[in-house]
Amino acid sequence: MNVLAQADTLPISEPEIWWFALSPLLTLVGGALLLMVVGALTPQWPRGLYAFVSAMIGGAAGVLAIFNWDDISDNGPATLVGGALAFDTFAMWSTIVISGAVVLVSMLADEYIRDTPNDGPEIYALLLVAAAGGIVMASANDLIVLFLGLETLSLAFYVLAASNRRSDASAESGLKYFLLGGFASAFFLYGIALVYGATGSTNIGEMVTSLANRGDSGNDVLALAGIALLLVGLGFKIAAAPFHVWTPDVYQGAPTPITAFMASAGKAAAFGALIRVLISGLPSFRDDWQPIIWVLAVASLVVGSFLAVVQRNVKRMLAYSSVSHAGFILVGVEAAAHTAGEADGGMGISSVQLYLLLYSVIVIGSFGVVALVAREADADLSVFDGLAKRKPLLAGAFTIFLLAQAGVPFTTGFIAKFGVIQAGVDAESYGLAIIAMVTAVIAAFVYLRIMVAMWQKDVEDDAPAITVPVSAAIAIGFAAVFTLVAGLYPSLLIDWSDAITLVR
Amino acid sequence: MRRGIGAAEFGRDFTSPGIFGARMSDFLRDYLNVVWFAVAALAIGGLLLGLAAAIRPSFPSAEKNIAYESGVDPVGMGWSQSQIRYYVFALLFVIFDVEAVFLFPWAANIERYGTFGLVVMLIFIVLLLDGLVYAWKRGLLRWV
Repeated sequence: MNVLAQADTLPISEPEIWWFALSPLLTLVGGALLLMVVGALTPQWPRGLYAFVSAMIGGAAGVLAIFNWDDISDNGPATLVGGALAFDTFAMWSTIVISGAVVLVSMLADEYIRDTPNDGPEIYALLLVAAAGGIVMASANDLIVLFLGLETLSLAFYVLAASNRRSDASAESGLKYFLLGGFASAFFLYGIALVYGATGSTNIGEMVTSLANRGDSGNDVLALAGIALLLVGLGFKIAAAPFHVWTPDVYQGAPTPITAFMASAGKAAAFGALIRVLISGLPSFRDDWQPIIWVLAVASLVVGSFLAVVQRNVKRMLAYSSVSHAGFILVGVEAAAHTAGEADGGMGISSVQLYLLLYSVIVIGSFGVVALVAREADADLSVFDGLAKRKPLLAGAFTIFLLAQAGVPFTTGFIAKFGVIQAGVDAESYGLAIIAMVTAVIAAFVYLRIMVAMWQKDVEDDAPAITVPVSAAIAIGFAAVFTLVAGLYPSLLIDWSDAITLVR
Repeated sequence: MRRGIGAAEFGRDFTSPGIFGARMSDFLRDYLNVVWFAVAALAIGGLLLGLAAAIRPSFPSAEKNIAYESGVDPVGMGWSQSQIRYYVFALLFVIFDVEAVFLFPWAANIERYGTFGLVVMLIFIVLLLDGLVYAWKRGLLRWV
């Protein structure tokens, strides 16, 4: 009997599946299928029920992730499904951030979607699918699994960006995102192929072992080329300069609640993937990719801050500011790079995850206000003129979010920025920390411009009335209160984020 | 040291400095076969086409430039509109095409995969059926 025939008769080894550890993911996927199929089989549901179900599913996934977090802190991390997924506090933190984003964005989207021709379960089903993809990205322990998550997230995002069928800008945004995103995915996949060629495995744990034992016999051309391509693909997803060019157009054209989701859950997932690949998977090459992260961070900080200043459209301003926030988060990644692969990982990873959580809440709140104030129209700065006189509470909430984005003390934005810069200083990367602080001052000008428009300018006479639906008011109110309260009492969140570890 | 096929076949020591003065890794050296194949393919193809172009008689006429379509003269332009309705069917076809691609290898080896394989396959088919149910209830299977 030859070897092949013998292999055919042997039973395959089934991966052990620990269902409860996968429960947040399964909840989101099951919820998406439920919304899609049951939504199609039944007539139009009552007002707001689609959004309510979507928010409940997101909340359930978040609660299950908290239970899993508890399990991990008691029994230690592990890998799931034959090493395909990592089950650690890092993954669970990302899961909580993304699930929370689903809840808040569903509440924001409710009234907004009902005014467009897309009212129905599809948008929410896609939100949940995108969230599931994002969670897979942030908890992947295998590059192919990571790519699957990336594609699940991206395909849902392309459709969501183009989901307003009556708007040309939305279609343009979807098409641009699709073409450039497909290009970036191809880069990423080619990177996986080359890294696989260099290491003989796509599993992150096996990659690390293979790279650690590679000795100095051959050269590392293959692995280095693969890392470069992986960085291009991931740089696109995190919207770091110089791969940020799609961000303003896509953020501007997409329906505003969807933009909020891209800027929060999309970033959290992409940074989760970046840290999995680089810090967890390629610590042996940290001297090679760390300077690249340094350059990406500086480019994002400078490009994001300066280009935000010259924008007239508030959605574009926030898009460029999200690029500069990506730069800040990269400061944390760069700090983590100094100790990548060592037992004492430093504060980098914790500071990045804390930043992603706090920034998600701020950015969802910001885009939530923009969604209410500038409905269909493009969000020109003049739309915000005199907002404080028309809707003082809304203007107050937006002011809180803008101050937080600028990093003013007593808001979560300050805690987030302080965390990454502290990590950077701790890792002795002083230059980057100084650049980050200087560009933060430049970026503050953008936020002040919007605030001046809101509080100092007069209302235009023909301004359309602003209605604030209850669900959106709750979401924005929660985000504003969270931004202030967690900014005043951050110790609990900081303690939790200190417990973040990576397993492979 | 692992020796690539390239080294054995061409009887050269590729670890010595090559054309560009750089040492090639064993891994890359294995790919040298591909490079030689590419060079040979281009050379033979180019040689045959060039030879044919050099020795054949050349009498161009307008008739010869018409696209040939089963003996029939082509009608209309290359850029013609097709019904958008076909698009949905093409998409649905892809769904079941992919299903078949996954089903055949599983069916050929069904005993080996056992209950685990059966459950996984059922989940896969149910997921695809969900798409079909959705398309059907949204009226996409109706020819409008």
